[in-house]
Amino acid sequence: MGSRWRDLQQSIVSSQFWKSIFRVGIPNTNRKRVLAMLGNVVLHLHPVKTRKSGVKMRYTWCAGGVTFFLFLVLTFTGLLLMFYYRPTVEYAFVDILDLREQVPFGIMREVHRWGAHAMVISVWIHMFRVFMTGSYKPPREFNWVIGVILLVLTLLLSFTGYLLPWDQLAIWAITVGSNMASATPLLGIQGPGTGLLKIGDIALVTSTNDARFGLLGGRFVGAGALLRFYVLHCVGIPLVAAFLMAVHFWRVRKDGGISGPM
Amino acid sequence: MSSAPETLPSSSPDVALDGVTRRSTLKWMILAWTGFAAATGAGLTATMRFMFPNVLFEPPTRFKAGDPSSYAIGVDERWKEKFGIWIVRNTTSIYALVATCVHLGCTPNWLQAQNKFKCPCHGSGYYISGINFEGPAPRALERAEIQVSGEDGQIIVDKAVRFLYESGQWTDPNAFVKMA
Repeated sequence: MGSRWRDLQQSIVSSQFWKSIFRVGIPNTNRKRVLAMLGNVVLHLHPVKTRKSGVKMRYTWCAGGVTFFLFLVLTFTGLLLMFYYRPTVEYAFVDILDLREQVPFGIMREVHRWGAHAMVISVWIHMFRVFMTGSYKPPREFNWVIGVILLVLTLLLSFTGYLLPWDQLAIWAITVGSNMASATPLLGIQGPGTGLLKIGDIALVTSTNDARFGLLGGRFVGAGALLRFYVLHCVGIPLVAAFLMAVHFWRVRKDGGISGPM
Repeated sequence: MSSAPETLPSSSPDVALDGVTRRSTLKWMILAWTGFAAATGAGLTATMRFMFPNVLFEPPTRFKAGDPSSYAIGVDERWKEKFGIWIVRNTTSIYALVATCVHLGCTPNWLQAQNKFKCPCHGSGYYISGINFEGPAPRALERAEIQVSGEDGQIIVDKAVRFLYESGQWTDPNAFVKMA
């Protein structure tokens, strides 16, 4: 019986099908472990070796890992919400209500909402930990810069998602937020230096081509802004963030793994 | 068996090696990179321009607001929802206030009991004249151009033309309609 089981196992493991997927066999030596890491597109972003301190919760707080996990949760729940939500003035608000009232497991919307809040918080905690442990110091200074860009993208995801329920809170919050964009130097209609940009009496920056207009696709928060924010929220910003996350993780590995205690 | 080759390849930029000189290579590289940079720049510009449409489906800024005698003394909110305008009549004139808070763009409410405009977002308050007196608003509400049509005697309001209190423009003849 035992030898028959081993034969079966052997025939599976030595089959072309098995070998075409698992190329190095059972990773029972250090060399095979390294090859298993390098031969896997997901694992190769991860360091081949992790220091003991790198998995020490009291040191890392796992804040970066929690952030990434929340990003995955938000991507999955967001994808589910996209099956029901229509980003138009006519439907957006009622679709949000229907998601809660009429769709089985409509709690997905709350998971997405609370996950989004949690992700913003965990990004800040991660940044705080990296700062307090001095992990931004050479050779990791470039990764800190990427991290700051990822922080901005997280906040932009939060900002664009805030409009989508299309209730009074959302509309006026984005009205206020986007009006701040009109204070952008040179590019915003009320920004410092914008008044200098004119040919004769004709102003080059107007309410139909300034930074606020580019954000909203209109002169006030309307149908254009809703669609624009939806596309940015669901496709544009997540794509850029996913790419930068890959770079972020890859650089952690290239810069010697998670920094250890002094 | 090693013997020196009869002719050494020249390092001079002007001497051709298989017809290619250092100078001609650089020339082509400059041309190619300039072309590539120009094409990239044009593509980026086109992408940016794509985000700014030529036609907006927004309500017109100029509208007819009915007969002047249809307005009683006080604040009239009939055009607030559609055009974002309050028509205000006092004993001597009618003027059009733009219903956009000058702080960060929310729509204030007219509070009849307290005789003031109050913004729900950050609490800016304005007198019935539009002059700010509380909250973060840095200046007065804007007034829009208001005229009486020569054809049918109706009020015509144009939101695209603004009159600012701090610039002393509220005394402009198009900033109000005189009432007897």
